[in-house]
Amino acid sequence: MRVTLRLFASLRTGRFDEAEFELPPAATVGAALDAAGVPRSEAAIIFVNGRHADFDAHLAEGDALGVFPSIGGG
Amino acid sequence: MDKILRIDVGQTGLPSVKTEAVGAYAGLGGRALTSTIVGKEVPPLCHALGPENKLVIAPGLLSGTPAGQSGRLSVGCKSPLTGGIKEANAGGQAAQVLARLGYAAIVLEGAGKSDTTYLIHIDKNGVKIENDQRLKLLGNYALIDEMKKRYGDKVACISIGPAGEMKMASASIACTDMEMHPTRHAGRGGVGAVMGSKGVKVIVLDDAGCETRQPKESEAFKAANKVWIEGLKKHPVTGGGLPNFGTNVLMNIINEAGGLPTTNFKTGQYAGASKISGESEAALEIKRGGPATHGCHRGCVIQCSGIYNDANGNFLTKQPEYETVWSHGANCNIDDLDTIAMLDRLDDDYGLDTIEMGATIGVAMEAGLLKFGDGAGAIELMKEVGKGSPLGRIIGSGAAVAAKAFGIERAPVVKGQAMPAYDPRAIMGMGVTYATSPMGADHTAGYAVTANILKVGGYVDPLKSEGQIELSRNLQIATAAIDSTGMCLFIAFAVLDQPETFQALIDLINSFHGLKLTSDDVTALGKSVLAIERDFNARAGFTKEMDRLPLYFKREKIPPHNVTFQIKDEDLDKVFNW
Repeated sequence: MRVTLRLFASLRTGRFDEAEFELPPAATVGAALDAAGVPRSEAAIIFVNGRHADFDAHLAEGDALGVFPSIGGG
Repeated sequence: MDKILRIDVGQTGLPSVKTEAVGAYAGLGGRALTSTIVGKEVPPLCHALGPENKLVIAPGLLSGTPAGQSGRLSVGCKSPLTGGIKEANAGGQAAQVLARLGYAAIVLEGAGKSDTTYLIHIDKNGVKIENDQRLKLLGNYALIDEMKKRYGDKVACISIGPAGEMKMASASIACTDMEMHPTRHAGRGGVGAVMGSKGVKVIVLDDAGCETRQPKESEAFKAANKVWIEGLKKHPVTGGGLPNFGTNVLMNIINEAGGLPTTNFKTGQYAGASKISGESEAALEIKRGGPATHGCHRGCVIQCSGIYNDANGNFLTKQPEYETVWSHGANCNIDDLDTIAMLDRLDDDYGLDTIEMGATIGVAMEAGLLKFGDGAGAIELMKEVGKGSPLGRIIGSGAAVAAKAFGIERAPVVKGQAMPAYDPRAIMGMGVTYATSPMGADHTAGYAVTANILKVGGYVDPLKSEGQIELSRNLQIATAAIDSTGMCLFIAFAVLDQPETFQALIDLINSFHGLKLTSDDVTALGKSVLAIERDFNARAGFTKEMDRLPLYFKREKIPPHNVTFQIKDEDLDKVFNW
């Protein structure tokens, strides 16, 4: 299955802003990060289709991941 | 900081000046002091622009000390926008300088006269006041250029632009930063109009010859400050995200979460978000030669700001903050950073709250006055405000008034004050804060985005009602206490996650003032400030029915999550039950 992965802030450095990945069916968020070379220790806030998700959440075809380091502002 | 300066503008001739001991207000600073003075001395039923209102300007308990991040200035009064009590705070140099001059507060009081433009100059030798008509209706930038010519660039200025002089309900009070730019504003609630109603244009503060405030327990203070600064530097938000990308690093994540108010709060995601995000903004600033990491006052450790140069590399404004980029950008469908930066510059120059102005322009766009996405039109509309044309005065009166004037239901306001950059349906903890804060819709009053979105200080699902009341309550209490210390609110990211950094803050206060406060005392301070503010509002006629969002937030679902505001009214009424 294909999922879209978007990286933000410092996670983009040396990587990408947005990329598509081919993953086995029902792969987890953690597996997607591993495939993209994003250390789990740096992925502080993860969204799947606009909702918070954890490393062990299972993905489906066409899912969009947004991954952020620890950030804040306001 | 053992004296209060009272300036009565109602006297015959020039205002009278009286310096008195801090007396019954001893031990209070920042918001605790402004709200206590307003609560005790201002009749809640007075008109905000009338002689009975007072403008109280106070540095925090730690301002003017070497404690890192201690440069916030509180401004309090009855608000012409909300009709309730107001505390708006600002960065810049003024808090540090005012504290070193020894003042716990400046109180502007009495009946303002028509046609005065007072310049108040304060240094170690005392206070001088002149009525200088040459300053009348100057923008903040031209005004500060003139102050630099007269007094040099080592002073700090507190000023209003033409919006404050015209007593518009969205008028702000500007504080100069380290480079003498009037870019740090006590923005919310029309505090600038109250300063204008007293006929005061600018307060110039000069601390030449004054010492840094000295702690009672020097060694303990130094040790606490070391732990404090290390804590701010090591936390990934205060030590990484904020300095590198500024507050606008939030644009992408709030958009991703579906909580970015777009098209006057119609949807929660904006197609142009990436173009105006903190990542794009910081890259553009660096390309144009302005640092993307910059502090607003000496002693700032976090350095969340930057310098925004125009396409020719000339200074245009400070780094527009997230709230500003949202209000003028996503909310109005404007995806051009140069247009947003120009609107920010005009806000600062005229002396206007960027949140209220962006929300109001969004209302004007919905009303058909101009089209969503019309950046040039937005700039022209802002210029009407600066000119004080009849249309400009409607816009300068804020989102609630503009919506009434143009027959629009969808005014995103609570207690007459516009909501900031988080949709209360998709980030429900913020909805609780908007509804119940004594200040009206105010994100800083209880920043539930921490646990709702950022996973700082725990996690509470933003799309569910569970846990939001307690979250907002605890944050409102903590914020009222932090706002009294003079500390920048961004310390909360480190304090919420790192117990040793929270302890260092208490140790700083204790060692400086020779106290033995515990964390329970800090909580008690926050509660007492909120109680004073709510008591003022109750006496001003506020009821629990005013602790509500506009009804359309319960009726209209916001995409992409298609949620309405789910918190029950009876639960909102429990926020202040402790």
